[in-house]
Amino acid sequence: MARVVVDVMLKPEILDPQGQAVQRALPRLGFDGISDVRQGKRFELEVDGPVDEAALARIHQVAESFLANTVIEDFTVKVEEVAEAAK
Amino acid sequence: MTARIGVVTFPGSLDDRDTQRAIRIAGAEPVALWHKDKDLKQVDAVVLCGGFSYGDYLRAGAIARFSPVMEPLIEQAKAGLPVLGICNGFQILTEAHLLPGAMLGNDHLHFICRDQKLRVESANTAFTSDFVAGQEIHIPLKNMDGRYVADARTLDMLEAEGRVVFRYLDFNPNGSLRDIAGISNEAGNVVGLMPHPEHAVEPLIGTGRTDGLPFFTSILKKLVNA
Repeated sequence: MARVVVDVMLKPEILDPQGQAVQRALPRLGFDGISDVRQGKRFELEVDGPVDEAALARIHQVAESFLANTVIEDFTVKVEEVAEAAK
Repeated sequence: MTARIGVVTFPGSLDDRDTQRAIRIAGAEPVALWHKDKDLKQVDAVVLCGGFSYGDYLRAGAIARFSPVMEPLIEQAKAGLPVLGICNGFQILTEAHLLPGAMLGNDHLHFICRDQKLRVESANTAFTSDFVAGQEIHIPLKNMDGRYVADARTLDMLEAEGRVVFRYLDFNPNGSLRDIAGISNEAGNVVGLMPHPEHAVEPLIGTGRTDGLPFFTSILKKLVNA
């Protein structure tokens, strides 16, 4: 068992009104000095079996075609933890 | 023979019955299609209607894009089958890459519902031939994720090729780039727009006008003349 994390963020040039709304609320909560907030999505994929190159390639494909819309979003894929047995 | 126009129902579709009704009022035969259908029942055109397919949980239209019915639809749309995507249908068409760009949440973060003024920029599509270019119409708009975005190169291409089919007039309800309300593919057989023509086909409801009816009579005329 292993966990693969896919992080999805709007591309920098795309307006993120959700992030802006959060940023605007910060001074009201007493947090100053935060000049920008952007909000993204995090997917945690629990993978059965080893996360070998082939499995990672498949997850990359899923991220690219489904979890992220690459017209507007960037994504990263990283393996968070690998159980000893899977090595 | 009456033209048969398919209307796909996904889990979460809301406007399938109104769309079927609009098709019937225009004089064609609506054919109900189900998201799990693996064929399109030999319809002459398809409408992807409004709603929140599969709850729009990932992104608007993202999950619907991979439903079984989309496989033949994408293939046949590329081969020339007329397809109209209204609201959620427009979002599905961008997710399927049948139309360029993407749809995002409204810039003001609120759901919006209003009578919207539009300009028909192109009468050269399967669904707008009964309009004249430059015509101003009013049809209802209701959406959460209606902000059309694309990179500058794509926007320039759409403008240059006359593929911006509808533009918001007087008020941009969602922050769409260049006030774009609807676009078409290169061949003009695939059209997507955010406002809802199916809610403006009878004088007693909606805007009190029937500005939505030409969408459905346009396709009928095209099919009859084909």
